[in-house]
Amino acid sequence: MVMFWVALLAISILIYLLLDGFDLGVGMLFGLADGEARRAEMLRTIAPVWDGNETWLVVTGVIMWGAFPLVYSMLMPALYIPVVVMLLGLILRGVAFEFRGKASRSRRVWDVSFTMGSFAASFMQGAMVGALVEGLQFSNGEYTGGTFGWLTGFSVLCGIGLCFGYALLGACWLVRKCEGPVREATRRQIPLLAVAVLAFLVVVFAHALVEHLPILRRWTERPYLFAFPLIGAGAAAMLATSILRGDDYWPFHMVALIFASAFGTLALSFWPYMIPFVVTIDEAAAPRASLAFMFWGAGLFVFPLMLLYVAVGYRVFRGKTDMAADYD
Amino acid sequence: MDPTALLLSRLQFAFTISFHIIFPAFTIGLAAWLTVLEAMHQHTGKPVYRILFEFWLKIFGVAFGMGVVSGVVMAFQFGTNWSVLSRMSGPIQGPLLSYETFTAFMLEAGFFGILIFGRPRVPPWFYLFSTAMVALGTTLSAFWIMVNNSWMQVPTGYVLQNGQFVPSDWVQIIFNRVVWVRFPHMLLASYLTGAFCVAATGAWYLLRRAYRAEAHVMLRMGLALAAVLLPVQLLIGHLVGDYVHDYQPAKFAAIEARWHDEQPASEVLIAIPDPSTESNRYALSIPVLGSVIGSMSLTSKEVGLTSFAPQDRPPVVIPFFAFRIMVGCGLVMLGLAWLGTWLGLKHRLDRNRLLLWGIFLSFPLPWIAILTGWYTAEVGRQPWTIYGVLRTADAVTPSLTAAAATVSLILFVAVYAFIFSFGTYYIYRLLRAGPAGLGGKPLHVPVPNRPMSLADGGPALHGSLEAGE
Ligand code: HDD
Ligand code: HEM
Ligand code: HEM
Repeated sequence: MVMFWVALLAISILIYLLLDGFDLGVGMLFGLADGEARRAEMLRTIAPVWDGNETWLVVTGVIMWGAFPLVYSMLMPALYIPVVVMLLGLILRGVAFEFRGKASRSRRVWDVSFTMGSFAASFMQGAMVGALVEGLQFSNGEYTGGTFGWLTGFSVLCGIGLCFGYALLGACWLVRKCEGPVREATRRQIPLLAVAVLAFLVVVFAHALVEHLPILRRWTERPYLFAFPLIGAGAAAMLATSILRGDDYWPFHMVALIFASAFGTLALSFWPYMIPFVVTIDEAAAPRASLAFMFWGAGLFVFPLMLLYVAVGYRVFRGKTDMAADYD
Repeated sequence: MDPTALLLSRLQFAFTISFHIIFPAFTIGLAAWLTVLEAMHQHTGKPVYRILFEFWLKIFGVAFGMGVVSGVVMAFQFGTNWSVLSRMSGPIQGPLLSYETFTAFMLEAGFFGILIFGRPRVPPWFYLFSTAMVALGTTLSAFWIMVNNSWMQVPTGYVLQNGQFVPSDWVQIIFNRVVWVRFPHMLLASYLTGAFCVAATGAWYLLRRAYRAEAHVMLRMGLALAAVLLPVQLLIGHLVGDYVHDYQPAKFAAIEARWHDEQPASEVLIAIPDPSTESNRYALSIPVLGSVIGSMSLTSKEVGLTSFAPQDRPPVVIPFFAFRIMVGCGLVMLGLAWLGTWLGLKHRLDRNRLLLWGIFLSFPLPWIAILTGWYTAEVGRQPWTIYGVLRTADAVTPSLTAAAATVSLILFVAVYAFIFSFGTYYIYRLLRAGPAGLGGKPLHVPVPNRPMSLADGGPALHGSLEAGE
């Protein structure tokens, strides 16, 4: 039962990273695009799906609360400021979808709020992961690290890194969904973003070596973990060739694979900890009665249905976005 | 934790949830109304339903977007500000919120995109299905959150183990009489909000002599629905009061501003409760009625606040007045709905501009009733977060500093005020522009690159929807 919920939590986080990742990434790239036509087209590629994408964040949050209440009640206070800023960012970008089309003179306001909101949310998510990897301070199940305990050079680096990662994902999405000027402009951005992401990964690795982060020890203990970075490296190579070929379809999938392998690397190097080196999965798990109740309904039946809604949504809006046929 | 962090967290929770509920209250009713309109259009083929559908869909989109983003905040605030509550009640509240997310939020979110953008891409039956799924999602969401909150009001089906509330009987947690009166009360409140907004918009257009055909449909449907639902709502309200009487006697005493035990008890209609002297000033009360309302008896003894230790008493002033405002709103709405429906049946409503003004100006009433209802329920629950077991003061995050809580509260207030002003302004502009079509004059020629919309509804259809630009 516990394993089932660990797996579902991991799957939900991954789905969130990929779906809201491209969505937030488009938000950040949106700031670089000029011209109403291009901006409108970029927005249109994600407008029908952003709500569903963001809901995976809620899914992640409530699985954590329901199945691992201890972790939820320890991490949320520790990450108070980043969580609040992330939520505010999500608000400011989320309302832009509906507001922008209704505004006339105030349209600029929502352009800015869309870009800055996407940026704030992405940065804070990266910073939270960074803080988690570097270690937060707890004693007796209470956070004791202070209001800014999460803020370190490393977490800032991870924040910036995730922004680039999401932007890369977003760029690949745009190339897949758009034609004409948006696709051309975005295509030129992809190599730059890809190099930035790569550079970030190298710096993180170097930092880890220098700082002797506890996580590194697990790598020497468990050499099989290297399978994940290898998959990632393979995907990066495929990404490079598909970009050079001028392909629209593969880059998105390859970047998604890189994300998945990075996530897998991280998750497995923490195993069996939920909060690294403080709380294990078993310590965090909710009582059996809670896990079973969630399993026999939500987990077993509704979760597959949720995947079905997502599939239906993406199928209805498949292919290149047709600006002409849709409403605004 | 310092005491101000507690106060600030309470303020922040009260502020963010009050903001959030404004939108669900509206979208739950509106989603159902859209489903009805789409079904009527597909069934009868009358363009008026389609025009109304497209018109309200725009408004729905804006309100729904604001509901979603403010809701995401709520899901995380339990953890950030109420970590002790989250840890202790996580095994019960977490699974309930998971069910809400899995069964409701995903359903809404999945089909919302199709509702807004998908009409040209899916067959009509599937479009209707998507609309119905969004409506179902909002209803399920209301159900699960009411189960959740009802458990905090009247905790059952649990045992306390190692400082956690461990569920022992889920059937008891979900199927108890508290849930099954409070959920209908909330659901009807949302339908009333939808009904009154629709009716008020119709009245507004009639006053402006615009869009007569659509205005008549809106006014008729809105008022008729409200006229039927209101008596039911008042009856259920009474049943809600019954549960408070049985399970939360201190809250009940606060609502009644009853300071001392009485037998038989009188009913305070209106007064200014004064906590310092533990008595009411300027009280207008009716003897014996208090016993009748509380226990359906002429002789029963009703408990007063002074029977509870001072640290176990809720505030009195807020629940007392909030409750009366809610009931007052309900009665005013009942009067408007019945009178309007009656005159409408006799075809005299159009000429009665006074009543039209009344209906137009009444659109905030359901929201006021909903907010004051929640203030009655939540402030009356104090000093407990989980009634009788966990005090609010013990539920707050211990590590939270007053500085962090101040910053977050200020940020939330600033951002919410900002988006709320623009959001209401955009909705106002959409409403003012009105639906195009039969009654009103088309304000805008449809854009040529919209083949599907032309194929389906005729040129006038999308006209005025653009007029707000
Ligand atoms: C009776 C109705 C009701 C009440 C009391 C609440 N909500 Fe709500 N909520 C809804 C009715 C609703 C809804 C109708 O389902 C929403 C509002 C508008 C919307 O778009 O969906 C929604 C949206 C919504 C979302 C976004 C869903 C998404 O991503 O699509 C979240 C996470 C929450 N809510 C969470 C909460 C929490 C944690 C609450 C309590 C503290 C809460 N809501 C009170
Ligand atoms: C005679 C009329 C009414 C009575 C006697 C009544 C009674 C009550 C009572 C006693 C509560 C507090 C419940 C608690 O503490 O949990 C309550 C809450 C509430 N009421 Fe009413 N009510 C009436 C009319 C209305 C109307 C007209 C609306 C809205 C349109 C409304 C909306 C609400 C809401 C949203 C709540 C909070 C949710 C809840 O606690 O169930 N009520 N009502
Ligand atoms: C949507 C309508 C709601 C409104 C308007 C509302 C209103 C309020 C208010 C005014 C407070 C502050 C009370 C005080 O501290 O004096 C509060 C507190 C709180 N409410 Fe609600 N509430 C709503 C729904 C809910 C729901 C559905 C839940 C849970 C599922 C909930 C859980 C809480 C919690 C955890 C607190 C903080 C702790 C406390 O003060 O007891 N509320 N709410």
